[in-house]
Amino acid sequence: MKAPVSWIKEYVALPDDLSVDALAARLTALGLKLEALHTPADAITGPLVVGRVLTIEKEPQKNGKVINWCTVDVADANGTGEPQGIICGAHNFVEGDLVVVSLPGAVLAGGFAISERKTYGHLSAGMICSRAELGLPADGDGIIVLPADSAKPGDEAMPLLGMDDAVIEFEINPDRAYALSLRGVAREAALGFDVPFADPAEFELPAANDAGHQVVVEDEAGCPVFVARTVTGFDPARPTPEWMKLRLEQCGMRSISLGVDISNYVMLELGQPNHCYDAAKVAGPIRVRRATAGEKLTTLDDVVRKLEPADLVIADDNGAIGIAGVMGGASTEVSDSTTEIVVEAAHFDPVTVFRSQKRHKLGSEASKRFERGVDPELPQAAADRVVQLLVELGGATAGEGVTVVGQAPERRVVTAPVDLPARITGMPIPAETTVAHLRAIGADVTVEGDELTAVVPSWRPDISQPFDLVEEVARIVGYEDVPSVLPTAPAGRGLTEVQRLRRRVGRVIAGAGFNEVISYPFTSEADYDALALPADDARRRSLRMENPLNAEQPLLATTLLPGVLHTLARNVGRGNADAAIFETALVFQPTGDEKAPILGTDRRPTDEEWAAIEKAVPAQPQHLALALTGAREDDGWWGQGRAAGWSDAIAAVRDLAGALGVTLDVEAAAVAPWHPGRCAAVSVDGVLLGHAGELHPKVCKAFGLPARSAAAEIDLDALLEHATSPQAPRFSSYPVAKEDVALVVDASVPAAAVEAALREGAGELLESIRLFDVFTGEQVGEGKKSLAFALRFRAADRTLAEGESGAARDAAVARAAEVTGAVQR
Amino acid sequence: MSGPNTEYDPVEVTPLQAAEVEAMRDAAIAAIGAAKDLEELKQVRLEHAGDRSPLALANREIGALPPQARKEAGARVGQARGAVNKALAERTTVLEAEHEERMLVEETVDVTLPTDRRAPGTRHPITTLSERIADVFVAMGWEVAEGPQVEAEWLNFDALNLGADHPARTMQDTFWLQPADAALVLRTHTSPVQARTMLTRQPPIYVVCPGRVYRTDEIDATHSPVFHQVEGLVIDKGITMAHLKGALDHFAAAMFGEGISTRFRPSYFPFTEPSAEVDLVCFVCRNGEVGDPAECRTCRGEGWIEWGGCGVVNPKVLVACGVDPEVYTGFAFGMGIDRTLMFRHNVEDLRDVFEGDVRFAAPFGVEI
Ligand SMILES: [Zn+2]
Repeated sequence: MKAPVSWIKEYVALPDDLSVDALAARLTALGLKLEALHTPADAITGPLVVGRVLTIEKEPQKNGKVINWCTVDVADANGTGEPQGIICGAHNFVEGDLVVVSLPGAVLAGGFAISERKTYGHLSAGMICSRAELGLPADGDGIIVLPADSAKPGDEAMPLLGMDDAVIEFEINPDRAYALSLRGVAREAALGFDVPFADPAEFELPAANDAGHQVVVEDEAGCPVFVARTVTGFDPARPTPEWMKLRLEQCGMRSISLGVDISNYVMLELGQPNHCYDAAKVAGPIRVRRATAGEKLTTLDDVVRKLEPADLVIADDNGAIGIAGVMGGASTEVSDSTTEIVVEAAHFDPVTVFRSQKRHKLGSEASKRFERGVDPELPQAAADRVVQLLVELGGATAGEGVTVVGQAPERRVVTAPVDLPARITGMPIPAETTVAHLRAIGADVTVEGDELTAVVPSWRPDISQPFDLVEEVARIVGYEDVPSVLPTAPAGRGLTEVQRLRRRVGRVIAGAGFNEVISYPFTSEADYDALALPADDARRRSLRMENPLNAEQPLLATTLLPGVLHTLARNVGRGNADAAIFETALVFQPTGDEKAPILGTDRRPTDEEWAAIEKAVPAQPQHLALALTGAREDDGWWGQGRAAGWSDAIAAVRDLAGALGVTLDVEAAAVAPWHPGRCAAVSVDGVLLGHAGELHPKVCKAFGLPARSAAAEIDLDALLEHATSPQAPRFSSYPVAKEDVALVVDASVPAAAVEAALREGAGELLESIRLFDVFTGEQVGEGKKSLAFALRFRAADRTLAEGESGAARDAAVARAAEVTGAVQR
Repeated sequence: MSGPNTEYDPVEVTPLQAAEVEAMRDAAIAAIGAAKDLEELKQVRLEHAGDRSPLALANREIGALPPQARKEAGARVGQARGAVNKALAERTTVLEAEHEERMLVEETVDVTLPTDRRAPGTRHPITTLSERIADVFVAMGWEVAEGPQVEAEWLNFDALNLGADHPARTMQDTFWLQPADAALVLRTHTSPVQARTMLTRQPPIYVVCPGRVYRTDEIDATHSPVFHQVEGLVIDKGITMAHLKGALDHFAAAMFGEGISTRFRPSYFPFTEPSAEVDLVCFVCRNGEVGDPAECRTCRGEGWIEWGGCGVVNPKVLVACGVDPEVYTGFAFGMGIDRTLMFRHNVEDLRDVFEGDVRFAAPFGVEI
């Protein structure tokens, strides 16, 4: 909402010395937030004066252009009183016109400095200005021609153009629809400075009668009040007066024609949207009804709208002539031949207007006000005001008829304990203050005992409960007076175990050299194809957005891998060739039965209702994904580095599990998007957590990743469920006995199986076992591999006797031979 | 060693003469002193203090002397050997010290060589900032509440006094899920977590909910369809706006430094009444206390930074969430974590937060 300060002052006697900044600040403190201040004069340095064009000599140039060599009377503004010689390229003026002249020394919008200069063979001393050159909204190419007799040569031009009038632009919250009018803004200014307010909607109204245009309201709920007035003898050729044009423009609206301008002006002035119909084009009585199925309407913007039965329309005998509160129809539009006008000012149901506006994607100045709530007592005054202006400015004669159908609802009554504002805000607000402030917003207030009764003003549909009164009082007292008191919570339990563990997960993975990233969970079939997921892969079953931001990514991800792999590829593309990243985020798993109930809000949901909500919300487990490529360790003066690969992805998952006190089972798997020979399934206690390993070459290619990039994804929630709290180990201080064994097995035998067999056979003296070498080659034999293990033996209570560790080793080897066919080398 | 010599001839045992013993001693000490390193000293030790050294041989001859001469000769040779051993020990210490010194010099490395075998990992600053924020409240006894991101429409809107026809709904451009009547959304704020908390716990409630939220904004330098909020909710007896102010002032000081406080401006949120916007004193120029706001890049001359929204929980919300508004009042607040990160750590472009470039997170490490 843009409000010219001069217009505000028309209704409020603000202190003379009040600065615009102070006014804006006070209004902001009251809840009308300052968005911007516009004072066109601030962008310009004078002299900018009125001049009368004395002579014009047209001088054709070689390039075909014609320039004007003018002399302009600027009276004494140039210091000499002599006519000023000025070159001008525009042609929309004649001798005798009043124009706006910037004299040498002036600086125009954009820092354009005016000086005497030689041009086209003359000494041009100044410039005849266009609106654009003054930083004003332009309405054509030409220079400004002021109305004859509106000023005299030498006058300051800025006040004439309204350039010294500041316009305050407010951001109006949805609950303060009344402030979408000068009436509302001025009322706030008045209460802000505790000065009287002259309500522009308060004047003597003609009584309703049956002589006017007939109106039939068939839907009283949709249209509680409808006022129609008529005028005849309107002169459509009359121009909109400059002062009105200026105000419309200051408020961000374009001047269109006198009839339309008056309608808009009254909406800005009072906040009541209204409409002018060409009475000659309206056939029969006006009806307010719901649209019929298949009904069509060409709206003012010349678009044919297919109406829905839920749309409330204004209609005549020929059908709809407007969507109520949203936009009028083209067929009854006032034109340059309109002389008889029907003025509509009505009150429409906010929800109906909101839905129609949304349905037709047709937000307008009118719908913006109606959907937020217009003063239902306003239509008669607004219609009368329109008529007044049509008479005054358009030469029309007011019709005798005053059609008023329906009436505004009773004003709402809200009762509250008189100390409620003090109790809720924590400010010491005495009862008198509460009463005074509620009266200042227009409420009728009475107090009986501890109970306050407020009759809510008709323009405040937002006030419906005691707490709404609290806010009104609090904002006028001033939020800056709210004291600061730290609330004391009962002793808390700190983070939950899972919240604590999640922090540990981040630290462990980051500690392993991975960088955490955040990706968008939006994905696509194409991403799943890139991951080479089989057609029946459960991960392809995804929730779909009704209105995705990007039509090519309509799905909510069931796996973090697309996001992580795209991010990894982006890093590689930006030259971060050695990158290791991870992400923890929710994935979204559809149930196939997505239908949540919309419950009432007048009570807490029943257990059944709550269960229905919980059931409809899809499962969203937290996953962890990681991916890496390039060098895991760099080459350097210390020697060769090491390329990232399948084992790094598995190692990261293993290390994480270790840090959570979880013993993982790792076994070979062949699952997309991994390399079928380099993919590990990780599980705990028979619960599959996820997979890790090298990415399939096709997947690397599809995501634009270097070959051998590796990745892992696990269900983090499931992993955390198995986390254990650390238990202190018992360890022996007796000497250790070390035994190494090298075993040859078939290449297909997993090392983990050999290790498990060794462990089993070694018995309880075994302290630890570690695979320290894997070897293949001729000595070992085709299809075989050699695994070298270091075994450490120790007894808890004694030094091992000679041969004890050897015997345990032999038992271990024997078990490995039995289970895996291992042969000791 | 020889047995006692009965056929004794004093002329035969000249090595035991005093002059001879002294000569042997002096020769040994001279050789020890001349040894240039531990290797040479080892040789000298063999020659002059070993089993076959002159003094050792002389010592052997003592037994051959007549008893009356043995004592004198024994003392003489013993003293000489003592002197040689002492010299050896001293020389060893000196040479060992020299050796070590030389070795340390030879082993000198260039300590300015790079040591970056592997780049350190990082946690995302949004994660660590969320944790830090949570910690401020956990320290006051609050708890951290969480909820799903695909959320029931009723919890995201209706329960928060944002009915289907509320104009404020359109202000939160919402991602809706299919099918069209699923009544499921990607939550547009973390407020449904507050509703869930009220529905599943008994007051008093003191919770903070950091989390990821979604709106249909195209990404640019200051917008993202995915972003992060932190909300606080307190429901207790006798809670006022003053408690809200107290909690936010404490939060501001904990995050931005002692003395950084907040101010309220009237605003509108369907779920709170009265509602306010929260500004933070600029923690760089302190609104003129430390620097000139006009030159401040952090607050852009305002002296204050817009931080979030807050208010007293609307009784309509309490009713829908099963809290008795006659007994309890509450307050709620919400801030953008991404925005907070941006102004607290000079992030210029929000896209950096979501693009996952490993260079972005590097300065943030694992704590913030
Ligand atoms: Zn600052």
